[in-house]
Order: sequence, then C-alpha cells, then structure tokens
Amino acid sequence: MSLRRRDFLKLTAAGPVAFAAAATLPTSAHASPAPDNAFDDAYGVLVDTTFCIGCRKCEWGCNEANDVPRRARTEFDDKSVTTVHRRPDATAYTVVNQIAAPPETPQPVYAKVQCMHCNHPACASACIVGALRKQPEGPVTYDAWKCIGCRYCMVACPFQIPGYEYAKALQPRVMKCGFCAERIIKEGRKPACVENCPNEALTFGRRRELRSLAHQKAVASPGRYLDHLYGETEVGGTSWLYLTGVDFARADLPPLGSRPVPELTEKIQHGVFKNFVPPLALFGLLGLVMASQHSGENGGK
Amino acid sequence: MSEHAVPMRSPYFTRGTLAVLAVAVVGISVYLGRMTFGLQTFTNLNDQWPWGIWIALDVATGIALAAGGFTSAALVHIFGRERYHSLVRPALVTAMLGYTFAVIGLLADLGRWYNVWHPILPSMWQGNSVLFEVGMCVMIYSGVLYIEFVPIVVERFKGRVDLPGVLRALNRPIEGLLRLAEATLSRFISVFIIAGVTLSCLHQSSLGTLMVIAPTKMSALWFTPVMPALFLMSAIAVGFPMIIFESLISSRSFRMAPEMNLLSRVGRIATFTLGFYAVAKVVDLTIREAWPLAFAGGSQAIMFWVEMIVGILVPLAMFASPRVRSNPRGLFVAATLTVAGVAINRLNVFLVAYRPPFSDRSYFPTFYEMLLTAGLIATLVLIYRAIVMIFPVIAAPHGTADDRSAAENDRRAA
Ligand code: SF4
Ligand code: SF4
Repeated sequence: MSLRRRDFLKLTAAGPVAFAAAATLPTSAHASPAPDNAFDDAYGVLVDTTFCIGCRKCEWGCNEANDVPRRARTEFDDKSVTTVHRRPDATAYTVVNQIAAPPETPQPVYAKVQCMHCNHPACASACIVGALRKQPEGPVTYDAWKCIGCRYCMVACPFQIPGYEYAKALQPRVMKCGFCAERIIKEGRKPACVENCPNEALTFGRRRELRSLAHQKAVASPGRYLDHLYGETEVGGTSWLYLTGVDFARADLPPLGSRPVPELTEKIQHGVFKNFVPPLALFGLLGLVMASQHSGENGGK
Repeated sequence: MSEHAVPMRSPYFTRGTLAVLAVAVVGISVYLGRMTFGLQTFTNLNDQWPWGIWIALDVATGIALAAGGFTSAALVHIFGRERYHSLVRPALVTAMLGYTFAVIGLLADLGRWYNVWHPILPSMWQGNSVLFEVGMCVMIYSGVLYIEFVPIVVERFKGRVDLPGVLRALNRPIEGLLRLAEATLSRFISVFIIAGVTLSCLHQSSLGTLMVIAPTKMSALWFTPVMPALFLMSAIAVGFPMIIFESLISSRSFRMAPEMNLLSRVGRIATFTLGFYAVAKVVDLTIREAWPLAFAGGSQAIMFWVEMIVGILVPLAMFASPRVRSNPRGLFVAATLTVAGVAINRLNVFLVAYRPPFSDRSYFPTFYEMLLTAGLIATLVLIYRAIVMIFPVIAAPHGTADDRSAAENDRRAA
C-alpha cells in the first residue's frame, strides 16, 4: 500500500521542473521599482495633455499616413465624438478623448490614446512568431506576414491597445500604432500625428530629452501638472510619455507597477528551459525509473 | 495485457451515434462557415475579449483532458504498474484524438490559420513566448502519440494485409512496412514513451503560464506565479478520472461489464492526485491572501466556488469513499465532476478571471461558438468509436465480448 502511494507521489511530482522554477520566482510582479532607461537614446513622444485642444488633427494625420480604412477629412472636424469614450481599434490607431471638462477644470482636457511603445513590450514577448518587435529606435512594429492571428498579443498588452480585423476571413491583421517607424527611421520625419498637431501637445524627440523637458515643464509651471511623468517607470518604461493635470486613469492610462509585464513569464520560460537542462534531466530521471522497473524485459506493449 | 484488447463488435450506427452525428454535422458546417466568412460573423470576440471558448475549451481543456495518455503511460510503462495495462490504449487513443482536435479547434480560432506552421521556421522562433513553447511541445507530442499508436496498427494488420483488385500489388510492400515499423519501434518505443511524458509535463504546465503574462488583467482568485504547477497538477489529477469516465461509457456502449476491479483502483489513485491539487490550490490562495475575493460576491466569486466545490471537493470526497468507488454509478459521477471541474477551471482562468481594463461589455459565446465546440467533441467521439471498432484498443473482460470478438477476429483472419 504505502509503496504504491509513494509511487504516485513520484508521479505527481513529475513536474519538479515547473515547481522549482515557479517556487524561486518573486510572488509579486511589482517587487521593487527599477526605472529602465534602456531606450533613452531611442525616439519617443511627450504628450502634454494640458496643451491638447481636442482638435483631432492627429487622428486625421494618422488616418492618412496608415493602411487603415480611409476617412473623409471632414469627419475629423466633428469634435463631439471626443466626449464619448473611444478606444483605438482596427480602423483607428489613435483617438482623442475628452477626459475632464468645466466646471471641474477651467477648460476641457483631452488626451490622445495610442500604443505606448513599451521598452519591454508584453505584446512582443507574447508573440509566438516574433511578428511584434521592439526596434532599437523605439517603435514596436508589426510584421503582418509572420502573424498567425492568435491574438495572444492582445491578451498580453496591459494598455489594451492592439485591435484586430475580425471581419476579414483572409489576411486579418493586428492593428496598432507603429510609431510611423518607416517615416521616422528611414525618412527622418516626425510621426504623422505629431506633424499634424497645431498646439505642441505632442513633442517628438529622444526619450532622454523628453524626460528632462517634462521635468523642466513641471518646474516652470508649478500646479499645472501632477507630479508624475507617466511612462517614465511604468511597466519598465515606455517610449511615449504623458504629462497631465488630472488623474491618469481617466486618460486610459491605468495604474501600473514598474516591473516589465512579461518579466514573470520570461523568467518561468527561461527557468524551465535553461539550456534544455531541466527537460533533459526529467527525461533522464524518467528513463532511470523505467529502467529500474523493467530491468530485463522491455519493448513496449 | 494487450492480447486482451480486441476490436469492439457492435453496429456502428445506433440511435445515440446518429444523434452525435447530427451534432457533428452542424458543428462542421459552422466550422466551414467560420473559415469562409471570418471570426466576426460567428463569434463574440472583439478587441476587449480576444479569446473565447475556442481557446478555453477546445484548446486548453481539450489538452488537459487528453492528459490520461501520459499519466497512464507513466504509470504502466515507467512506474511498472502492469496491472493497469489495459487502460493505456484507450487513453492513448483519447490523447491522440484530443490533441488532433485541439489543433483543429485552434485553427478555427486563428485569424491566419494557414500560417499555423510558421513557428516551425527557425527564423521565427521566439524563445520568450510561452505560446511558442506550447505550440512546439504540442506539435512534437502529437507526433509521438501517433508513433505510439503504430504498434496497434501493426498488431491489427500484420499478416493480414489483403487489399483487393489492382491494389493487390501493394500488399507486400505494406506488409513489409508494417514489419519494419514493428522492428524499429520495438527498439525505440521506450524513448518515445519517456519523451511523451516529458513533453506533456512541459506543455501542460506551460498552458498555465499563458495567462501569467497578463498580471494586471487577471483576478487574484486565479492569478498566481505557480499557475504552471497548478495546471500540471490538475492535468495529472484529471487524467485518471477521464480514463474512468471513458471506460464506463465504452463498456456501456459496447455492452460489456464495467471493469470495476481496475477502475476502483484507478479511483483510489485519483483520490491522491486530486487531493494534491486541492491542497496546492488552497495553500496557494492562502499564501497569496486571496481568500477575501472569494467572499466578495460577483460572478468571479461564484465561478470560483463552483470550481472548488463541484469540480474539486465533491469528487474528491467521492473518490475517497471506498463505497462510492466500488459502485459504477458513483465512480462515474465522481469522474464526470472532476472532468467538468477542470473544464470550469480552464474557463475561469482564460475567461472569467480576465478583466480588460477598459471594457464596456462582457464576453459570452455565441450560439455558433458553442455549436462548433460541440461539433468537434461529437466528431471526436465518432472517430473514437470507429477506431476502437477497427483496432484492438479496448480490453474486453474474460468470458464476455472477449471470446466472441476474438473468435470473430480469427474467423476473419482465416
Ligand atoms: S502598449 Fe501594448 S501594444 Fe503597445 S508596445 Fe506596449 S504592450 Fe505592445
Ligand atoms: S496575433 Fe499575430 S502579432 Fe499577435 S501574438 Fe499572435 S502571431 Fe503575434
């Protein structure tokens, strides 16, 4: 009896690999703050919501510059849509929402939403074929031809950014802002949205400069901004940074810790597969057990 | 022993089979519709809810329920418990079909299903992706399962290849192929068996790592860094109940006495495997201090308790009772609840626990999504029935169908 029980114990523990790997991990994804400035020399954008007038010109520029369903220019003159909470989707990589209005604030406050271009993008870590990638220059780009359409990137993104062309039976794409990667890297231009912004709500530049610009702004106009540069440390830092005077959550910027979102899964993966030692060890262990049980006769059924 | 495994003899079509066939036909129609018209027309998936029941049930649950294949192989071939030998083949066929249908179900969910082979290309390998590892392991393990099935084919047809008419010329080559397969496999089969168990441990746990990538979107009732361990334990826990579940259905369907002697013993094993899983879950929730959420009300708390009580504690108590274990009906209910419990767990982890930060609706599958899932299960059942009637998979108890079928076989062979 007891012997049999022990065997089942062994059997149940057949995944010591997974156990050991999991046990040595930190239990919280947000252990200690570690601002990651790895992409400080790469491009970024500083969004200053206090300068945004909700004109939707960035949306228009984005629509023209990208392979999304073309919309008439005049559609973007309708400012009333900003009062309805919208999200980026398969037809629009960026949207502008009104996040506060008088009497709460002296003037209406708007915020533009798009992919944050994370330094450690969860979408890219999740992607089964490496269709999503963080480029050294900053953008997180998408290679549609690699994509298998599993939508794991959408599950993974903490900002809930990627949209999907569910309506297409063939060649549906994951749809998200690509930071106009071609345009900024190859042509040396600004992203379409930034180029179209009439009011300096969007500043394009090196992330390091944007960070110091943000801190200068905060010092120069005390009380104008919350004491927080969103994206500086969130999920290990993002290429897009936000300054605002109202709660970030209302600008669709959820409260997030400073650890990169995919840190835990990557640790588990690399723990389990460290040079293939754990799987091979398990293989060997099972082989030994098998050999000891059938010393002599063998050969399947 | 395998010599007791015989092809089942029974008319293929019964009233039950026809009902299953109807479900299969409807499901396959939906499948073809989805492939023609896209996901939008047939599913409630959207940008907020990128995954639905096709991932949670068809893929994640399907693979978990196929775990009987590796747990029985480990028990008999690695830990040398020969007594359970007759369980290995039915479990192997279930696993083989389970994985095949998990992949077929996955294809329906993939936007670009025709690119499903991309992860094989080294230029697209992505070692950080949990899904990449799951995909590779599932692919290789499916191959291993098919290889493990070859000896059954050899046993059935060796020395009996007798194609009619023009195909007669192929008789000898096929015969030779079977013999070659037998000779090669008998030497290497243990490598495949161990590889199968190793691969299973890897991807059964990695399926649990999938949602670990969304810590901020998951309810703490399910989100834990040890999710991979819990997934592996639950797969092991459901493996044996799944074998009981099927064995009881098979013996009923083919009018044989249930193998109660063996199945009650398997039920005893389930007490331990399910017990370990239950303890692990409780310890995990306690360490993470997640219990308050279980009493917070709401759909998540309700689903949590359904999973814990109906899917774990009740069947555990039933398996632990020798009286229940010796009664076919009791054993069947306990096994069914365990199977349902793992399905509910996968639904909970992939759908109920998931809360997109900006959502204005919740996900509930369309009728089509449910029909497709039901249709895949029905098709699997039909193919399973065909396989056990063609190949020697199920062991018939002495003195019943065994002798009759064996005699029948000999007659046909002669
Ligand atoms: S915001 Fe989302 S989609 Fe954009 S890089 Fe980060 S994880 Fe990827
Ligand atoms: S949907 Fe495409 S881009 Fe997203 S994770 Fe899957 S393969 Fe990668």
